[in-house]
Amino acid sequence: MTISSILLRWTVAFFLALSLGTSCAVAEDEVKLDRAPVDSSNLPSLQRGAQHFMNYCMTCHSAHLARFDLLEQLGLSDKQVKQNLILTDAKLADYMTVVLNNKDAKNWFGVPPPDLSVEARVRGADWLYTYLRSFYRDDQRPNGWNNLIFPNVAMPDVLWQLQGQQILQSQGGAGHLVLIQRGKMSAQEYDQFVGDLVNFLVFLSEPSRATRLHIGVWVLGFLVVLFFIARALKHEFWKDIH
Amino acid sequence: MMSQVLGWIDARFPLTKVWKEHLAEYYAPKNFNFWYYFGSLALLVLVLQLVTGIFLTMNYKPDARFAFASVEYIMRDVDFGWLIRYMHSTGASMFFMVVYLHMMRGILYGSYRQPRELLWILGMFIYLCLMAEAFFGYLLPWGQMSYWGAQVIVSLVDAISPELALWIRGDYVIADATLNRFFAFHVIAIPLILVVLVFLHIVALHQVGSNNPDGIEIKAKKDPVTHIPLDGIPFHPYYTVKDIVGVVGFLMVYFGIIFYAPEGGGFFLEENNFIPADPLKTPPHIAPVWYFTPFYAILRAIPQKQMGIAAMGLAVLVFFLLPWLDRGIVKSIRYRGALYRWALGAFVVAFLVLGYMGTLEPTVWYVNPVARVCTAVYFAFFLLMPIFTRLDRTRAVPDRVTT
Repeated sequence: MTISSILLRWTVAFFLALSLGTSCAVAEDEVKLDRAPVDSSNLPSLQRGAQHFMNYCMTCHSAHLARFDLLEQLGLSDKQVKQNLILTDAKLADYMTVVLNNKDAKNWFGVPPPDLSVEARVRGADWLYTYLRSFYRDDQRPNGWNNLIFPNVAMPDVLWQLQGQQILQSQGGAGHLVLIQRGKMSAQEYDQFVGDLVNFLVFLSEPSRATRLHIGVWVLGFLVVLFFIARALKHEFWKDIH
Repeated sequence: MMSQVLGWIDARFPLTKVWKEHLAEYYAPKNFNFWYYFGSLALLVLVLQLVTGIFLTMNYKPDARFAFASVEYIMRDVDFGWLIRYMHSTGASMFFMVVYLHMMRGILYGSYRQPRELLWILGMFIYLCLMAEAFFGYLLPWGQMSYWGAQVIVSLVDAISPELALWIRGDYVIADATLNRFFAFHVIAIPLILVVLVFLHIVALHQVGSNNPDGIEIKAKKDPVTHIPLDGIPFHPYYTVKDIVGVVGFLMVYFGIIFYAPEGGGFFLEENNFIPADPLKTPPHIAPVWYFTPFYAILRAIPQKQMGIAAMGLAVLVFFLLPWLDRGIVKSIRYRGALYRWALGAFVVAFLVLGYMGTLEPTVWYVNPVARVCTAVYFAFFLLMPIFTRLDRTRAVPDRVTT
């Protein structure tokens, strides 16, 4: 009896440890990641993020698994999406594709820019948030830019005018970034800019996220109530079993 | 009216007879504990997987060009497609969790022992089918892990017979042809076998009757007049209402994962599987889904590839022999001695540690040495079982079940 319950507890603990311990295991040997301010219910942030995405990312990166009308989920009307967020002649129901073709991209960057439809699920929000704030000047690289958490990345820092220019300074082996030329934004403003963008990328990767977090409460609440009813029913039936 | 309809049916089909034999007058021991929920839960998960699977099939496209995008189409454009997909992907992991706990129950209380050997063997065939079903299904999203996981497993066949591997893939690498046939296996071939086996498993169970935490045959003590086992209670309503509690408890965990951690921390849906399959780009770290990792760790622990494959296969198949390896006088762990308890404890620890080692990269220095020790413990448990179960100092088993 006791042995079996101990074994059960171990088993449960093991699976819990497995599911909780993963994110640490993945990022262990890399640079420490900053926490991205992801909030699927913050519509203004998501709207700003969508705007940043269209202005800065979608010139090269596609999101070809998502349609433009997805943006209506962010509390925007047809008209608002068409006028402010579709920068080409694409229709609302069109997929978010780019004109940049793979062959040109290979010539210019070495690799085609990855499609960003589910990028936040591949990399994780924290990684993206840290990555977009970790570019630095590097004259060794063909495009003059390098990245602290993605060494020798093919992408140049397209946001440098906003953030300013950083350089890498080594301090006892560990490198850290120093701003040498101010950009259009203060550090705080830039963090918020990237935070909004990453928030949007998380939405783009899983548009149902806000819905699932929302209806999950009701489903689990219902099940808790049902659990007590089921238990009462069981006790009623089992009264006479000794 | 109702009784007339029933009479009409009963004259043509044994409806009332089946109802009585398998539910209303099927007598189960009254002392089932927590461990006895997992059988009915496995049945529930099977139904959930079948139903969600049917709905996924309506929008999924088994074509290397469209498979990945069609899954994202389900996640985005199909009404509640995300819920159905998460129910199916989480269901796969829950299926294994429930089945592993169900098997553990059988081991704890000696449920595989005479007269339930066939019941156990049928269960083992279900487990094998489940592994095949999970393997074939995992290729379908056509992500990097789907692709390279399948590549690794089929390469094991390749190490034994390249012709056989070619025949399985239908191409020289995992390709569209492979995806199509795996789809066929996943949605029709294996589920058919699975459903038939589950039916047979239940038929066999109702022939011999359920074991219980005391490992006593309740049929040995019957009421002299009614011939009903003294410690038996009708499955319906007693265990139907009890199993509802288990079902609701299970659903809380299941939907908790679906709504708040559908990736299961990268164990149910792996990060790399959100990258479309690319035959030219091998991911740096290929790991199977968690439910296969104990066997994967055994495979890697053995330096020689063919031997590793043999060991991995044996690690699964050895469970079939359990009814004959166990020579103990008693069935239940409650009346076994310290020797058996320590042996089983060591086995469980070895299995869990193997599972963890299987998720790590083999380049980490301690992974293979630890996996080797655990592999030795794993096989020693089975090989030495005829000896330690006989030497074990067991305690006297009571006449009637305890509560």
